[in-house]
Amino acid sequence: MGFGTWASPHDAGLSAPPGLYLSGTAKIGETLIFGPVIFEALPGQWTCLLGPSGVGKSTLLRLFAGLGEAVTLDGTFGGKDGTSLSNCVALMAQEDLLMPWLDLRQNVTLGARIRGTRPDFAKAETLLARVGLEAHIHKRPSELSGGQRQRVALARTLMEDRPVVLLDEPFSALDARTRAEMQDLAAETLAGRTVLHVTHDPGEAARLGHQILVMTETGITDIPAPATSIPRMYDSTETLDLQGQLHRLLMERR
Amino acid sequence: MNRLKHITALILMFLILWQSLVTFGDLPAFLLPPPSKVAQTLWHSRALLAEHAIVTGLEVLLGLVLGASIGAVTAVWLTASQLARHFVRPLLVFSQTIPVFALAPLLTLWLGYGLLSKVAMALLIIFFPVTSAFFDALMRTPAGWMEQARVMGGSYWRVMWLIRIPAALPGFASGLRLAAVYAPIGAIIGEWVGASKGLGYLMLLANGRAKIDLMFAALIVLAVFTLILHVVVDKGCQKLTRNHT
Ligand SMILES: Nc1ncnc2c1ncn2[C@@H]1O[C@H](COP(=O)(O)OP(=O)(O)OP(=O)(O)O)[C@@H](O)[C@H]1O
Ligand SMILES: [Mg+2]
Repeated sequence: MGFGTWASPHDAGLSAPPGLYLSGTAKIGETLIFGPVIFEALPGQWTCLLGPSGVGKSTLLRLFAGLGEAVTLDGTFGGKDGTSLSNCVALMAQEDLLMPWLDLRQNVTLGARIRGTRPDFAKAETLLARVGLEAHIHKRPSELSGGQRQRVALARTLMEDRPVVLLDEPFSALDARTRAEMQDLAAETLAGRTVLHVTHDPGEAARLGHQILVMTETGITDIPAPATSIPRMYDSTETLDLQGQLHRLLMERR
Repeated sequence: MNRLKHITALILMFLILWQSLVTFGDLPAFLLPPPSKVAQTLWHSRALLAEHAIVTGLEVLLGLVLGASIGAVTAVWLTASQLARHFVRPLLVFSQTIPVFALAPLLTLWLGYGLLSKVAMALLIIFFPVTSAFFDALMRTPAGWMEQARVMGGSYWRVMWLIRIPAALPGFASGLRLAAVYAPIGAIIGEWVGASKGLGYLMLLANGRAKIDLMFAALIVLAVFTLILHVVVDKGCQKLTRNHT
């Protein structure tokens, strides 16, 4: 009946976050969703996953979150080296999933409260300030714009303090400036964790990916990224070149 | 303000219709007393009416509070326990094939002529709508929220308390709104079957003594009480669900 217990941050193993691994073919019922593919996200690195809509990116990401009941995977997946992923994953889903009856501060601390641990309101307020919403702490989600709501969801995810972080199009509703700022914030806050970041934006992947994967109907390709630290400058030649290269690739692969 | 005007106009129209029925319909006063006569009785018998109204009011309120509480707890229990869903839920649905009215004589026999049997009637009549509306809402917690809670590692009862129950409050509220209308029916039926106090009892008594004007007066008091209850419960429900947009 219960959801099981959770690991305390100390057992969660931030010092050595697990890598992610998947190989095989995923189906829902008789429908092929993706595969056969081989996927790997390196431990402690930021991995961007690009690919056309409907190719199965969210399905793959949700498998790592333990939300794959509907999916039959003909193959294996999980933490690299057999590490269990249960209770060491934070997920920012494609929808913001905020609770309309809670204010922003309560929404951001929801994780702690449903686990029965003491919510860190000071940290929540700091994070809300860092996503630019300090003036709205006591508002409810319905009083916010789409982009503001997405930033609350980001703050809630950053609150979770887990070694593996799964982000499904986390900045899709933001303007160019806010998006760059949120990318900086996420890169700083999540440094050292294993991040899997699904995005449609080649520029975003070029800024953030230690590792960049392009997923198509035919499989997953690893695109070499510069070995520079992230976040890369949005207007550096390096970033723009990579962005152009990714864009071209996405246009050519069908 | 506009709503008040609306209601006043409606009442006025009703009174005019009533009076013209009496005047032009040539109905004898022992079948349909004129509104003026009923108004007179309302005023002269106000102490008597109040005495009985308080009893009925108490029965209804107690039945409502108990029925809503027991209904809410049952709904949560059904949600949490698959076993209860398998065995208790069919029983609840089956129980609805017995008209609650048919139980009234039995309840009076078991619980006596006093308050208790009427509270039980009101409770029984509202239990099912509250339980079923709340339970349906509890079973339909949006999947995304449940998944989010699972990834966060929330404990079952904390997720129930902090996510599922708040998310299901609109369902509970719609059950409660129905209950507010049904509860007086239960209490009145209970009083008809056997009582020595209450508006239902007063109506029977007045009828037996051919005091039709008193019967109408009691009916009006009951209608006003039910209306006020409806408005109060509706306001409460709006408050309960105001943050659910
Ligand atoms: N419950 C389901 N039953 C059947 N098919 C599904 C189900 N959920 C998703 N799919 C299918 O799986 C495929 C992959 O969906 P998924 O959400 O993983 O795509 P995505 O790559 O994340 O797309 P987007 O970029 O638009 O978010 C789609 O073709 C979709 O129709
Ligand atoms: Mg998706």
